[in-house]
Amino acid sequence: MSQTTGGLAELIAQQIPRLRRYARALTGDRERADDLVQDSLERAWSRIHLWRGGDMRPWLFTIMHNLFANHARRHSREPAWVPLIDEDTPMDRPAEHETALDLRDLQTALKQLPEEQRAVLLLVCLEQLSYEETAHILGIPIGTVMSRLSRGREQLRSFLQGNQERRLRRVK
Amino acid sequence: MSHEPDTVDEAELHAYIDGRLDPARHPAVLAYLRAHPDEAQRCADYQAINQGLHDLFDAILDEPLPARLTFHSRSQREWRPWLRVAAIGGWLTLGGVLGWTIHGYTGNRALADATLVQQAMIAHAVYVPEVRHPVEVAASQEQHLTTWLTKRMGTDIHIPNLGDDGYELLGGRLLPAESGPAAQFMYQDAHGRRLTLFLRRNAQHSGDTAFRFAQAGDIRGFYWVDRDLGYALIGDVDKETLARVAHTVYRDLNGPGP
Repeated sequence: MSQTTGGLAELIAQQIPRLRRYARALTGDRERADDLVQDSLERAWSRIHLWRGGDMRPWLFTIMHNLFANHARRHSREPAWVPLIDEDTPMDRPAEHETALDLRDLQTALKQLPEEQRAVLLLVCLEQLSYEETAHILGIPIGTVMSRLSRGREQLRSFLQGNQERRLRRVK
Repeated sequence: MSHEPDTVDEAELHAYIDGRLDPARHPAVLAYLRAHPDEAQRCADYQAINQGLHDLFDAILDEPLPARLTFHSRSQREWRPWLRVAAIGGWLTLGGVLGWTIHGYTGNRALADATLVQQAMIAHAVYVPEVRHPVEVAASQEQHLTTWLTKRMGTDIHIPNLGDDGYELLGGRLLPAESGPAAQFMYQDAHGRRLTLFLRRNAQHSGDTAFRFAQAGDIRGFYWVDRDLGYALIGDVDKETLARVAHTVYRDLNGPGP
Protein backbone atom coordinates (compact mmCIF):
# COMPACT_ATOMS: atom_id res chain seq x y z
CA MET A 1 0.00 0.00 0.00
CA SER A 2 2.44 2.68 1.01
CA GLN A 3 5.01 4.32 -1.20
CA THR A 4 8.40 4.04 0.39
CA THR A 5 10.95 6.80 0.08
CA GLY A 6 11.85 7.04 -3.56
CA GLY A 7 9.06 4.64 -4.45
CA LEU A 8 7.15 7.34 -6.28
CA ALA A 9 10.30 8.49 -8.02
CA GLU A 10 10.86 4.92 -9.17
CA LEU A 11 7.27 4.54 -10.38
CA ILE A 12 7.58 7.70 -12.44
CA ALA A 13 11.05 6.88 -13.73
CA GLN A 14 9.80 3.55 -15.07
CA GLN A 15 7.43 5.39 -17.38
CA ILE A 16 9.91 7.83 -18.88
CA PRO A 17 10.91 5.68 -21.90
CA ARG A 18 7.29 5.17 -22.86
CA LEU A 19 6.47 8.83 -22.37
CA ARG A 20 9.37 9.67 -24.68
CA ARG A 21 8.24 7.20 -27.32
CA TYR A 22 4.72 8.58 -27.36
CA ALA A 23 5.90 12.20 -27.33
CA ARG A 24 8.31 11.60 -30.20
CA ALA A 25 5.68 9.89 -32.32
CA LEU A 26 3.14 12.58 -31.47
CA THR A 27 5.29 15.62 -32.17
CA GLY A 28 7.57 14.18 -34.83
CA ASP A 29 10.45 16.10 -33.28
CA ARG A 30 13.05 14.90 -30.82
CA GLU A 31 13.71 18.16 -28.98
CA ARG A 32 10.08 19.12 -28.75
CA ALA A 33 9.23 15.64 -27.53
CA ASP A 34 11.79 15.72 -24.73
CA ASP A 35 10.65 19.21 -23.76
CA LEU A 36 7.17 17.79 -23.45
CA VAL A 37 8.38 14.87 -21.34
CA GLN A 38 10.37 17.16 -19.07
CA ASP A 39 7.42 19.52 -18.60
CA SER A 40 5.19 16.52 -17.90
CA LEU A 41 7.52 15.15 -15.23
CA GLU A 42 7.74 18.50 -13.53
CA ARG A 43 3.99 18.94 -13.66
CA ALA A 44 3.52 15.44 -12.28
CA TRP A 45 5.80 16.15 -9.33
CA SER A 46 4.10 19.41 -8.53
CA ARG A 47 0.75 17.57 -8.47
CA ILE A 48 1.88 14.31 -6.96
CA HIS A 49 -0.42 14.99 -4.00
CA LEU A 50 -3.35 14.74 -6.42
CA TRP A 51 -2.35 11.26 -7.60
CA ARG A 52 -4.76 8.75 -6.13
CA GLY A 53 -2.71 5.59 -6.53
CA GLY A 54 -3.30 2.87 -9.09
CA ASP A 55 -1.50 2.64 -12.41
CA MET A 56 0.87 5.57 -12.82
CA ARG A 57 0.98 5.40 -16.61
CA PRO A 58 -2.50 6.70 -17.58
CA TRP A 59 -2.09 9.50 -15.04
CA LEU A 60 1.22 10.60 -16.59
CA PHE A 61 -0.13 10.29 -20.12
CA THR A 62 -3.10 12.45 -19.16
CA ILE A 63 -0.77 15.13 -17.84
CA MET A 64 1.31 14.92 -20.99
CA HIS A 65 -1.68 15.13 -23.27
CA ASN A 66 -3.02 18.23 -21.49
CA LEU A 67 0.36 19.93 -21.78
CA PHE A 68 0.59 18.95 -25.43
CA ALA A 69 -2.87 20.37 -26.13
CA ASN A 70 -1.96 23.65 -24.41
CA HIS A 71 1.30 23.79 -26.25
CA ALA A 72 -0.40 23.11 -29.56
CA ARG A 73 -2.88 25.92 -28.90
CA ARG A 74 -0.06 28.33 -28.13
CA HIS A 75 1.67 27.39 -31.37
CA SER A 76 -1.46 27.31 -33.46
CA ARG A 77 -0.23 30.27 -35.50
CA GLU A 78 2.90 28.44 -36.52
CA PRO A 79 2.79 26.64 -39.86
CA ALA A 80 0.99 23.33 -39.59
CA TRP A 81 2.46 20.06 -40.80
CA VAL A 82 3.01 20.49 -44.51
CA PRO A 83 2.11 17.52 -46.70
CA LEU A 84 5.46 16.33 -47.84
CA ILE A 85 5.20 13.77 -50.56
CA ASP A 86 8.73 13.06 -51.50
CA GLU A 87 8.58 12.33 -55.20
CA ASP A 88 12.24 11.67 -55.81
CA THR A 89 13.69 9.59 -53.03
CA PRO A 90 11.73 6.39 -53.62
CA MET A 91 13.50 5.87 -56.94
CA ASP A 92 16.81 5.45 -55.13
CA ARG A 93 15.59 2.79 -52.79
CA PRO A 94 16.32 -0.91 -53.13
CA ALA A 95 13.50 -2.81 -54.78
CA GLU A 96 12.75 -5.09 -51.83
CA HIS A 97 11.58 -2.14 -49.74
CA GLU A 98 8.79 -1.45 -52.16
CA THR A 99 6.75 -4.50 -51.32
CA ALA A 100 6.72 -4.16 -47.55
CA LEU A 101 5.21 -1.24 -45.70
CA ASP A 102 7.57 1.66 -46.15
CA LEU A 103 8.48 3.13 -42.78
CA ARG A 104 9.32 6.55 -44.17
CA ASP A 105 5.96 6.68 -45.88
CA LEU A 106 4.31 5.69 -42.64
CA GLN A 107 6.11 8.45 -40.79
CA THR A 108 5.07 10.99 -43.40
CA ALA A 109 1.50 9.76 -43.35
CA LEU A 110 1.42 9.95 -39.56
CA LYS A 111 2.48 13.59 -39.64
CA GLN A 112 -0.38 14.40 -41.96
CA LEU A 113 -3.05 12.94 -39.75
CA PRO A 114 -5.15 15.44 -37.83
CA GLU A 115 -3.61 15.67 -34.38
CA GLU A 116 -6.70 14.28 -32.64
CA GLN A 117 -6.58 11.13 -34.77
CA ARG A 118 -2.82 10.81 -34.37
CA ALA A 119 -3.12 10.85 -30.57
CA VAL A 120 -5.77 8.11 -30.54
CA LEU A 121 -3.90 5.99 -33.05
CA LEU A 122 -0.64 6.18 -31.11
CA LEU A 123 -2.19 5.49 -27.71
CA VAL A 124 -4.01 2.43 -29.05
CA CYS A 125 -1.63 1.01 -31.65
CA LEU A 126 1.76 2.00 -30.27
CA GLU A 127 1.21 2.36 -26.53
CA GLN A 128 -1.33 -0.47 -26.54
CA LEU A 129 -3.59 1.24 -24.06
CA SER A 130 -7.17 0.07 -23.83
CA TYR A 131 -9.93 2.06 -25.50
CA GLU A 132 -11.19 3.03 -22.05
CA GLU A 133 -7.78 4.30 -20.94
CA THR A 134 -7.39 6.21 -24.19
CA ALA A 135 -10.79 7.84 -23.74
CA HIS A 136 -9.88 8.82 -20.19
CA ILE A 137 -6.48 10.23 -21.14
CA LEU A 138 -7.87 12.35 -23.95
CA GLY A 139 -11.03 13.29 -22.06
CA ILE A 140 -13.34 12.09 -24.83
CA PRO A 141 -16.14 9.49 -24.99
CA ILE A 142 -15.18 5.98 -26.01
CA GLY A 143 -17.33 6.26 -29.14
CA THR A 144 -15.15 9.16 -30.25
CA VAL A 145 -12.05 7.04 -29.64
CA MET A 146 -13.45 4.35 -31.93
CA SER A 147 -14.43 6.74 -34.70
CA ARG A 148 -11.07 8.56 -34.62
CA LEU A 149 -9.26 5.25 -34.60
CA SER A 150 -11.26 4.05 -37.57
CA ARG A 151 -10.74 7.25 -39.57
CA GLY A 152 -7.07 7.49 -38.64
CA ARG A 153 -6.33 3.95 -39.72
CA GLU A 154 -8.18 4.36 -42.98
CA GLN A 155 -6.40 7.61 -43.75
CA LEU A 156 -2.98 6.08 -43.13
CA ARG A 157 -3.89 3.10 -45.25
CA SER A 158 -5.08 5.11 -48.21
CA PHE A 159 -2.06 7.37 -48.04
CA LEU A 160 0.27 4.38 -48.01
CA GLN A 161 -1.59 2.74 -50.88
CA GLY A 162 -1.50 5.95 -52.89
CA ASN A 163 2.23 6.21 -52.43
CA GLN A 164 2.74 2.58 -53.31
CA GLU A 165 0.79 2.94 -56.55
CA ARG A 166 2.55 6.17 -57.45
CA ARG A 167 5.88 4.44 -56.95
CA LEU A 168 4.93 1.41 -59.02
CA ARG A 169 3.82 3.68 -61.85
CA ARG A 170 7.18 5.41 -61.81
CA VAL A 171 9.06 2.15 -61.85
CA LYS A 172 7.22 0.89 -64.92
CA MET B 1 -24.51 -19.63 -44.36
CA SER B 2 -24.67 -20.45 -40.70
CA HIS B 3 -22.26 -17.85 -39.28
CA GLU B 4 -24.23 -14.68 -40.08
CA PRO B 5 -21.16 -12.78 -41.27
CA ASP B 6 -22.89 -9.39 -41.48
CA THR B 7 -23.39 -9.06 -37.74
CA VAL B 8 -19.76 -8.06 -37.15
CA ASP B 9 -19.39 -4.31 -36.73
CA GLU B 10 -16.53 -1.89 -37.31
CA ALA B 11 -15.65 -1.62 -33.61
CA GLU B 12 -15.25 -5.39 -33.39
CA LEU B 13 -12.85 -5.41 -36.31
CA HIS B 14 -10.67 -2.85 -34.54
CA ALA B 15 -10.89 -4.78 -31.29
CA TYR B 16 -9.79 -7.87 -33.22
CA ILE B 17 -6.78 -6.03 -34.67
CA ASP B 18 -5.85 -4.64 -31.27
CA GLY B 19 -6.20 -7.98 -29.50
CA ARG B 20 -9.06 -6.65 -27.42
CA LEU B 21 -11.90 -8.67 -28.88
CA ASP B 22 -14.07 -10.70 -26.55
CA PRO B 23 -12.85 -14.28 -27.18
CA ALA B 24 -16.45 -15.39 -27.60
CA ARG B 25 -16.64 -13.18 -30.68
CA HIS B 26 -13.51 -14.55 -32.37
CA PRO B 27 -15.29 -17.22 -34.44
CA ALA B 28 -17.82 -14.70 -35.76
CA VAL B 29 -15.12 -12.21 -36.75
CA LEU B 30 -12.95 -14.84 -38.39
CA ALA B 31 -15.92 -16.16 -40.34
CA TYR B 32 -16.75 -12.63 -41.43
CA LEU B 33 -13.20 -12.04 -42.64
CA ARG B 34 -13.18 -15.33 -44.55
CA ALA B 35 -16.38 -14.33 -46.26
CA HIS B 36 -15.13 -10.81 -47.09
CA PRO B 37 -11.61 -10.86 -48.55
CA ASP B 38 -11.58 -7.05 -48.94
CA GLU B 39 -12.22 -6.65 -45.24
CA ALA B 40 -9.59 -9.24 -44.44
CA GLN B 41 -7.11 -7.26 -46.52
CA ARG B 42 -8.09 -4.06 -44.74
CA CYS B 43 -7.48 -5.70 -41.35
CA ALA B 44 -4.13 -7.02 -42.52
CA ASP B 45 -3.19 -3.50 -43.67
CA TYR B 46 -4.15 -2.08 -40.29
CA GLN B 47 -2.11 -4.74 -38.54
CA ALA B 48 0.85 -3.86 -40.75
CA ILE B 49 0.44 -0.24 -39.64
CA ASN B 50 0.52 -1.30 -35.98
CA GLN B 51 3.69 -3.23 -36.63
CA GLY B 52 5.13 -0.33 -38.64
CA LEU B 53 4.57 2.07 -35.73
CA HIS B 54 6.49 -0.27 -33.44
CA ASP B 55 9.26 -0.59 -36.01
CA LEU B 56 9.48 3.17 -36.23
CA PHE B 57 9.39 4.09 -32.57
CA ASP B 58 10.26 1.15 -30.32
CA ALA B 59 13.97 1.91 -30.57
CA ILE B 60 13.28 5.03 -28.47
CA LEU B 61 12.56 2.78 -25.48
CA ASP B 62 16.17 1.64 -25.47
CA GLU B 63 17.79 5.02 -26.04
CA PRO B 64 19.84 6.31 -23.15
CA LEU B 65 17.86 9.07 -21.46
CA PRO B 66 19.06 12.63 -22.04
CA ALA B 67 20.54 14.09 -18.88
CA ARG B 68 17.65 16.45 -18.29
CA LEU B 69 15.26 13.53 -17.92
CA THR B 70 17.23 11.42 -15.49
CA PHE B 71 17.18 11.80 -11.76
CA HIS B 72 20.65 10.56 -10.93
CA SER B 73 22.48 12.73 -13.42
CA ARG B 74 20.91 15.82 -11.96
CA SER B 75 23.18 17.89 -9.82
CA GLN B 76 22.69 17.50 -6.09
CA ARG B 77 20.78 20.74 -5.93
CA GLU B 78 18.38 19.75 -8.66
CA TRP B 79 17.94 16.18 -7.53
CA ARG B 80 17.21 16.87 -3.91
CA PRO B 81 13.73 18.32 -4.29
CA TRP B 82 12.60 15.32 -6.32
CA LEU B 83 13.85 12.96 -3.69
CA ARG B 84 12.27 15.04 -0.98
CA VAL B 85 8.91 15.13 -2.69
CA ALA B 86 9.09 11.36 -2.95
CA ALA B 87 9.87 11.19 0.76
CA ILE B 88 6.91 13.37 1.65
CA GLY B 89 4.78 11.27 -0.68
CA GLY B 90 5.65 8.22 1.42
CA TRP B 91 4.91 10.12 4.56
CA LEU B 92 1.66 11.31 3.05
CA THR B 93 0.48 7.75 2.56
CA LEU B 94 1.46 6.93 6.09
CA GLY B 95 -0.42 10.01 7.29
CA GLY B 96 -3.48 8.83 5.39
CA VAL B 97 -3.37 5.46 7.07
CA LEU B 98 -2.91 6.97 10.50
CA GLY B 99 -5.76 9.34 9.78
CA TRP B 100 -7.92 6.35 9.04
CA THR B 101 -7.08 4.42 12.17
CA ILE B 102 -7.72 7.39 14.44
CA HIS B 103 -10.84 8.29 12.54
CA GLY B 104 -13.06 6.77 15.20
CA TYR B 105 -11.55 8.95 17.90
CA THR B 106 -11.23 12.32 16.27
CA GLY B 107 -13.35 12.23 13.14
CA ASN B 108 -12.11 13.60 9.86
CA ARG B 109 -10.51 16.55 11.47
CA ALA B 110 -7.03 15.16 12.04
CA LEU B 111 -6.90 13.79 8.52
CA ALA B 112 -7.98 17.10 6.99
CA ASP B 113 -5.33 18.97 8.96
CA ALA B 114 -2.70 16.40 8.05
CA THR B 115 -3.35 16.88 4.33
CA LEU B 116 -2.94 20.63 4.87
CA VAL B 117 0.61 20.28 6.12
CA GLN B 118 1.46 17.53 3.61
CA GLN B 119 0.36 19.62 0.65
CA ALA B 120 2.27 22.56 2.06
CA MET B 121 5.44 20.49 2.43
CA ILE B 122 5.23 19.14 -1.10
CA ALA B 123 4.72 22.62 -2.50
CA HIS B 124 7.67 23.77 -0.41
CA ALA B 125 9.95 20.99 -1.67
CA VAL B 126 8.98 21.67 -5.28
CA TYR B 127 9.30 25.46 -5.41
CA VAL B 128 11.93 26.40 -2.85
CA PRO B 129 14.86 25.07 -4.95
CA GLU B 130 13.69 27.03 -8.00
CA VAL B 131 16.36 29.52 -8.92
CA ARG B 132 14.72 31.35 -11.79
CA HIS B 133 11.02 30.93 -11.05
CA PRO B 134 10.53 30.48 -7.31
CA VAL B 135 7.32 32.55 -7.43
CA GLU B 136 4.65 33.38 -9.94
CA VAL B 137 4.17 36.99 -8.85
CA ALA B 138 7.11 38.79 -7.30
CA ALA B 139 7.05 40.85 -4.08
CA SER B 140 7.45 44.00 -6.19
CA GLN B 141 3.82 43.44 -7.18
CA GLU B 142 2.59 42.69 -3.68
CA GLN B 143 -0.66 44.63 -4.05
CA HIS B 144 -1.51 42.76 -7.24
CA LEU B 145 -0.62 39.46 -5.58
CA THR B 146 -2.97 40.20 -2.68
CA THR B 147 -5.84 41.23 -4.95
CA TRP B 148 -5.38 38.29 -7.28
CA LEU B 149 -5.19 35.65 -4.56
CA THR B 150 -8.09 37.20 -2.64
CA LYS B 151 -10.17 36.86 -5.77
CA ARG B 152 -9.08 33.29 -6.54
CA MET B 153 -9.31 32.03 -2.98
CA GLY B 154 -12.64 33.74 -2.42
CA THR B 155 -11.64 35.18 0.95
CA ASP B 156 -9.52 38.08 2.15
CA ILE B 157 -5.85 37.26 1.90
CA HIS B 158 -3.28 39.19 3.86
CA ILE B 159 0.44 38.66 3.30
CA PRO B 160 2.28 38.70 6.64
CA ASN B 161 5.36 40.84 7.09
CA LEU B 162 8.23 38.75 8.51
CA GLY B 163 10.86 41.47 8.27
CA ASP B 164 11.43 41.49 12.06
CA ASP B 165 12.40 37.82 11.88
CA GLY B 166 14.83 38.53 9.05
CA TYR B 167 12.69 37.13 6.23
CA GLU B 168 11.75 39.20 3.21
CA LEU B 169 8.89 38.35 0.88
CA LEU B 170 9.97 36.97 -2.52
CA GLY B 171 6.42 36.65 -3.85
CA GLY B 172 3.73 34.05 -4.18
CA ARG B 173 1.86 31.67 -6.38
CA LEU B 174 -1.50 30.01 -6.85
CA LEU B 175 -1.57 26.23 -6.39
CA PRO B 176 -4.10 23.43 -6.73
CA ALA B 177 -5.18 21.72 -3.53
CA GLU B 178 -7.78 19.06 -2.83
CA SER B 179 -10.35 21.56 -1.68
CA GLY B 180 -9.74 24.13 -4.43
CA PRO B 181 -7.20 26.88 -4.97
CA ALA B 182 -4.38 27.31 -2.50
CA ALA B 183 -1.68 29.95 -2.19
CA GLN B 184 1.99 29.85 -1.35
CA PHE B 185 4.11 32.81 -0.22
CA MET B 186 7.85 32.48 -0.22
CA TYR B 187 10.23 34.36 2.06
CA GLN B 188 14.01 34.47 2.10
CA ASP B 189 16.55 35.53 4.72
CA ALA B 190 19.93 37.21 4.21
CA HIS B 191 21.60 33.80 3.76
CA GLY B 192 19.19 32.74 1.03
CA ARG B 193 17.29 30.34 3.31
CA ARG B 194 13.67 30.13 2.34
CA LEU B 195 10.41 29.65 4.22
CA THR B 196 7.03 29.15 2.64
CA LEU B 197 3.59 29.95 3.99
CA PHE B 198 0.83 27.83 2.51
CA LEU B 199 -2.84 28.83 2.72
CA ARG B 200 -5.93 26.97 1.73
CA ARG B 201 -9.63 27.26 2.43
CA ASN B 202 -10.76 25.41 5.53
CA ALA B 203 -13.49 23.37 3.89
CA GLN B 204 -14.48 21.62 7.12
CA HIS B 205 -15.62 24.81 8.89
CA SER B 206 -14.41 23.04 11.95
CA GLY B 207 -13.23 25.96 14.01
CA ASP B 208 -9.79 27.20 14.95
CA THR B 209 -6.97 24.96 16.12
CA ALA B 210 -3.79 25.37 18.10
CA PHE B 211 -0.40 25.23 16.38
CA ARG B 212 0.61 21.72 15.42
CA PHE B 213 4.05 20.57 14.43
CA ALA B 214 5.02 18.11 11.68
CA GLN B 215 8.30 16.96 10.24
CA ALA B 216 9.25 14.98 7.13
CA GLY B 217 12.97 14.42 6.80
CA ASP B 218 14.56 17.81 7.38
CA ILE B 219 11.48 19.76 6.38
CA ARG B 220 9.52 21.06 9.36
CA GLY B 221 6.17 22.73 9.52
CA PHE B 222 3.75 24.42 11.89
CA TYR B 223 0.15 24.40 10.84
CA TRP B 224 -3.11 25.72 12.19
CA VAL B 225 -6.61 26.68 11.20
CA ASP B 226 -7.82 30.21 11.74
CA ARG B 227 -11.42 31.03 10.75
CA ASP B 228 -11.90 30.13 7.08
CA LEU B 229 -8.25 29.46 6.25
CA GLY B 230 -5.77 26.71 7.04
CA TYR B 231 -2.14 27.84 7.31
CA ALA B 232 1.13 25.94 7.18
CA LEU B 233 4.52 27.53 7.64
CA ILE B 234 7.23 25.30 6.21
CA GLY B 235 11.00 25.50 6.37
CA ASP B 236 14.28 23.65 6.68
CA VAL B 237 15.13 25.63 9.81
CA ASP B 238 15.15 24.41 13.42
CA LYS B 239 11.91 24.03 15.29
CA GLU B 240 12.44 27.03 17.58
CA THR B 241 13.04 29.44 14.73
CA LEU B 242 10.05 28.10 12.87
CA ALA B 243 7.86 28.42 15.98
CA ARG B 244 8.95 32.03 16.44
CA VAL B 245 8.11 32.91 12.83
CA ALA B 246 4.80 31.03 13.02
CA HIS B 247 3.82 33.22 15.99
CA THR B 248 4.80 36.30 14.00
CA VAL B 249 2.57 35.16 11.16
CA TYR B 250 -0.31 34.59 13.54
CA ARG B 251 0.17 37.94 15.28
CA ASP B 252 0.46 39.73 11.97
CA LEU B 253 -2.89 38.29 10.94
CA ASN B 254 -4.68 38.51 14.32
CA GLY B 255 -2.90 40.06 17.22
CA PRO B 256 -1.60 37.83 20.09
CA GLY B 257 -1.10 34.09 19.45
CA PRO B 258 -3.50 31.17 19.98
